[in-house]
Amino acid sequence: MKKTLLPLIFFVGMAALFYFVLGKMNKGEYNPRDIPTEFIGRAAPEFALPDLFDPSETVRPSDMMGKVWLLNVWGTWCPECWREHDYLLKLKRDGVPIIGVDWRDTEEDAKDFLRRKGNPFIKVPFDPKSVAAIEWGVYGAPETFLIDAQGIIRVKHAGGMDPKVWNEKFEPWFSDGSAVK
Amino acid sequence: MRVLVLIISMVLSASVFAKVEALTFDTPQQEETYKRLIGELRCLVCQNQNIADSNAELAQDLRARTYDLVKQGMSEQEIIDHMVQRYGDFVMYRPPLKSTTIFLWIGPFILMFVAVVLVLLYVKRRRNEEQETNVDDAKLDAARKLLESEKE
Repeated sequence: MKKTLLPLIFFVGMAALFYFVLGKMNKGEYNPRDIPTEFIGRAAPEFALPDLFDPSETVRPSDMMGKVWLLNVWGTWCPECWREHDYLLKLKRDGVPIIGVDWRDTEEDAKDFLRRKGNPFIKVPFDPKSVAAIEWGVYGAPETFLIDAQGIIRVKHAGGMDPKVWNEKFEPWFSDGSAVK
Repeated sequence: MRVLVLIISMVLSASVFAKVEALTFDTPQQEETYKRLIGELRCLVCQNQNIADSNAELAQDLRARTYDLVKQGMSEQEIIDHMVQRYGDFVMYRPPLKSTTIFLWIGPFILMFVAVVLVLLYVKRRRNEEQETNVDDAKLDAARKLLESEKE
């Protein structure tokens, strides 16, 4: 083997590796910014935030005890949240209770967004200062958690919700007939 | 004079961009702790910055949270635990030595070792090649004479 071929072989090897990783990234199977979550199997962290539409009302995760529910962290500034919105509306129609933490948003933008595009959430705790977000270890939006009837976090998904993610990760927790088929 | 104005305006412009978060602490120790912590905690959004250097919104909020906890009188370790509980070891720029982080710690040394071995092999081969091309003194002398005679 010629020595001058070594750099070429090295180059082809690296190119193949990058191509492989990029492919995984494009398909959404690999996200280099993903951070392993600390929350699976842990009790849902508590917070008390005012509701976006009725600030006199306080939203607390503990109010949902006894139900299987989703906590979705979103903001009008987040493009992926716009993309997943229609699917969240579909989940609402199917009877999935979703609490939508409005993260780092302005009140007007958030209200406007939900009025125009529909509101998939049963409650919208307003979190402009990342109080709940930090409590739940959120580092990007959207993020969706599934909390079981005992108040334990069972699933966390960073990124947009779509039928594939729903069926793979979330749907099994509802298959006892409590919400969606 | 114009140079002076230029220098002054350059110095001033830098201070305009430097957004200072005015924070007050009860004790100088608290301030020390705060500064050390924001230098040690990683920004989760721009992952190669600590939260002291990052202006990402989440980093700002994490600084605010750190500040609140320091003010509440939590110790440095308690605050780090607080963050690790929420964001995992990833939030620390110096993660603990565990089976999951072992490669982070020894990886650079492995690379260093490989590099040193490669260099040593390369040097050794070069030396061997030099020895192979050694010519005896008589031939060298003859060559030198030949060169000198051509000069004249």
